[in-house]
Amino acid sequence: MSKKIKEGIIETSLFLCALSSVLITISIVIVLAYESYGFFKVVSFKEFLTEKEWTPLFFEPKFGILPLVTGTLLTTSIALIVALPLGLMVAVYLSEYAPHRMREIIKPVLELLAAVPTVVYGYFALLFLTPVLQSFLPDLSGFNALSPGIIMGIMIIPYVSSVSEDSMKAVPMHIKEGSYAMGATKLQTALKVVIPAAFSGIAAAFIIGISRAIGETMVVAIAAGMMPNFSFNPLEPVQTLTAYIVQVSLGDVPHGTIEYKTIFAAGITLFMMTLVFNLIGFWLRKRIREVY
Amino acid sequence: MEDIKQRIKISKYWNGIFWIIGFLSTLVGLVLLLVLMIDLFMDGAPRLSYKFFTSFPSRFPEEAGILSAWVGSFLVLLVTAGAAIPLGVAAGIYLEEYARKNWVTDIIEINIANLAGVPSIVYGLLALGLFVYLLKFGETILTAGLTLALLILPMVIMATREAIRAIPGSIREASYALGATKWQTVRWHIIPYSMGGILTGIIIGLSRAIGETAPIITVGALTFIAFLPASPVTSEFPFISFKWLMDPFTVMPIQMFNWVSRPQKAFQLNAAAAGIVLMGMTLLMNGVAIYIRYKFRKKIRW
Repeated sequence: MSKKIKEGIIETSLFLCALSSVLITISIVIVLAYESYGFFKVVSFKEFLTEKEWTPLFFEPKFGILPLVTGTLLTTSIALIVALPLGLMVAVYLSEYAPHRMREIIKPVLELLAAVPTVVYGYFALLFLTPVLQSFLPDLSGFNALSPGIIMGIMIIPYVSSVSEDSMKAVPMHIKEGSYAMGATKLQTALKVVIPAAFSGIAAAFIIGISRAIGETMVVAIAAGMMPNFSFNPLEPVQTLTAYIVQVSLGDVPHGTIEYKTIFAAGITLFMMTLVFNLIGFWLRKRIREVY
Repeated sequence: MEDIKQRIKISKYWNGIFWIIGFLSTLVGLVLLLVLMIDLFMDGAPRLSYKFFTSFPSRFPEEAGILSAWVGSFLVLLVTAGAAIPLGVAAGIYLEEYARKNWVTDIIEINIANLAGVPSIVYGLLALGLFVYLLKFGETILTAGLTLALLILPMVIMATREAIRAIPGSIREASYALGATKWQTVRWHIIPYSMGGILTGIIIGLSRAIGETAPIITVGALTFIAFLPASPVTSEFPFISFKWLMDPFTVMPIQMFNWVSRPQKAFQLNAAAAGIVLMGMTLLMNGVAIYIRYKFRKKIRW
């Protein structure tokens, strides 16, 4: 009997540990919602969503989230233009072309790209890539969306490539062999057989990449400047949702003031954007597992 | 006939072209990593000296060092490891070995997948509202450590689950056949056999925590700290003190961020030097993780 009780206690405590992860999500939602509620008591939803200026720290503050959202979308788009094609190419190359030994070496090295601290990438974007780009693009300002966007893109290559490659590897060999038997080359097989068959996995990989890029903070905080700018010009400085939160946190903003609450309003906007992508990504990955 | 030959030739041609493009795409990331390391090294290496590791930050760039930063990073990481490892491993074991297929399990799984994708700065906001103001931990090492623990928790859980999933069912059945209970099976078979994978996941998680900047800024790490936290070891009984948990702190990435954002070139060189140390730590931890994975994979054959 005592054995049974002991087993029960152990199972319950393990269950509580697993459940604690749900508690984290609930606390995130509650904290963000509670503090933003205070924000939206002062600032109307309409102003938040339609005002084109974001100047909460000014004497006459304006609370329009749009400049931060466009800043986020701009840097994210630049990152994706770099990361999606490269990541997909790397995945096809590693899963269809590269010899086994080479893959074993390249994969962990590529993973290192995601392991480098983002503050180091920020340093690199600001003090190496921007000056290099300026020699081609004289109009590029010292802080801009382009350089951190490119660096972020390279940073998320491993996220895109590893999930894509896994799903390409999961395509059963006999399907590929069928294609080879018809005389198709590796490229034709990859484009017409493997990629369509692994489509949901690749889509999931893309979505993980998008979600990463939206939430990336330090690279843009260091190299994109801190200017809320309602523009889609990649040569100008911009501010993202994440960089704004960093900017305010660096100063000494007293607890409970409207400035303090703005970072939660920016945070909940960010959380919503990534939540949508994460859920789509989860659903897509679940689908791959069920197909074969 | 000629027509078909022509088409095969074209196909082969494109296949060859793609082989090269694919190879070059793979190189892009690797080359960038190399350039980054060379750039960092060229700028920062001259600043690396014994004094750099043993000095506090200073207004004078050539006297500034990273003493308070690396001590802070180390202590924060202790708290993170202490909180994330037991919680994450226990959750992973539950989900793989105990969980029944029902809606509660489904919710936990969706939730963990979502948590893994939540931007790190959102964890910082959670910690600011929860740890700093609601639980009144203040802007301390404890707060920062717990924040990073929440951040790497999904990674530890997923690594644990993957490691456990690789153990064949026959091992469990053999254990049950000898009359072992579920916990005895987990304790004496599942945990030891999955140790390699779990350790790998933990180290990679911690290496990510050491480089995280954004959530630590949000919970209010100071950028200029010219003193050390209280010592964890004391000369009087009971010889161990936990006062350091409640001390203000700074960490490596924040020190680096602070130096990068200054306009003076000399401080940026300090940033590069701090970057080398930071990169060194993360690469070392990743290297150890890869080595452990390799070693355990070799040792265990089902």
